[in-house]
Amino acid sequence: MSDQAHGSLKSYGVGFALSVVLTLIPFGLVLGGALEDNVGWAIAIIFLFGGAQIMVHVYYFLHVTLGAEDGWQAMSLAFTGVLLVIILAGSIWVMFHLEENMMPAHELIERVEQLP
Amino acid sequence: MTDMTANGPQQASESPPFDFHVVEDDHAHEHHETGTMLGFWLYLMSDCLLFGILFAVHAVLGQSYAAGPSPADLFEIELVLVSTFMLLFSSITYGFAMIAMQQGSKVGTQAWLAVTGVFGLAFLGLSIYEFEHLWHIGATPMASAALSSFWLLVGTHGLHVAAGAIWLVVLLAQVQIHGLTHENKRRIACLSLFWHFLDLIWIAVFSFVYLTGVLL
Repeated sequence: MSDQAHGSLKSYGVGFALSVVLTLIPFGLVLGGALEDNVGWAIAIIFLFGGAQIMVHVYYFLHVTLGAEDGWQAMSLAFTGVLLVIILAGSIWVMFHLEENMMPAHELIERVEQLP
Repeated sequence: MTDMTANGPQQASESPPFDFHVVEDDHAHEHHETGTMLGFWLYLMSDCLLFGILFAVHAVLGQSYAAGPSPADLFEIELVLVSTFMLLFSSITYGFAMIAMQQGSKVGTQAWLAVTGVFGLAFLGLSIYEFEHLWHIGATPMASAALSSFWLLVGTHGLHVAAGAIWLVVLLAQVQIHGLTHENKRRIACLSLFWHFLDLIWIAVFSFVYLTGVLL
């Protein structure tokens, strides 16, 4: 690995400063109680800042670049990302529908009880 | 032991017994370097998938309190913020250790690695405090599916940090005994990836488990 791949004082400093800002904003949002009546937006903002900070860490701390290791580092990262999306989105999708399809049981019992 | 010395008499004569510092051939350095770093990176990606599965479990079960306590009742966000900054500080100090290593400063590398270890232990201490508190008030993994997945996910991350801290101590000893050799530099670079990776996972933990947890 070249020296550049390990980062410099400047790159670590920039990464740290960005991380501090990207950490404090979502924590401030929750601790300050802003957007309490609009939870959907609050969660969207938390995820947006979390995702941005993960990008900052990947670039400034893990030093992933398209050229590192002949591209295999970025390639394996992208592959892992695709798998993660399939695992997370797939699990939530399937389990949400499963739960929804299980719901009528409760109503069915009530309906049966009210039968003449 | 006698068999091993009979099979490899040259190795036995070069290094004393119980010395785990493997000396490599000079001509293989360049190729081994990239191979090890890429291999370690691939391990991290597999670890990332492991955490991804635990996150998926928590996404599915995170709302199943079974009439038990909800995250809003349990989590102390201020404490999580302090934990987050402990890990973030340890990340930047590891960066300083890497810079000191590039400059060939053995003492600087050791000092910054030690500071990193202190921040890592502070994070672990806060985690143990939180877990002990949760256990004490009855929010055990057995209380509900949501708490089972919470303990599993955050516990697995904590175990990784503990393993990283042990690795850090071993590396400090290696650097003390053998100095900043080529092998030790590569090991420090590997632990650097591991350590920054754990901080990255923690971002997902505090965003998803803690901050989103108390809002829902």
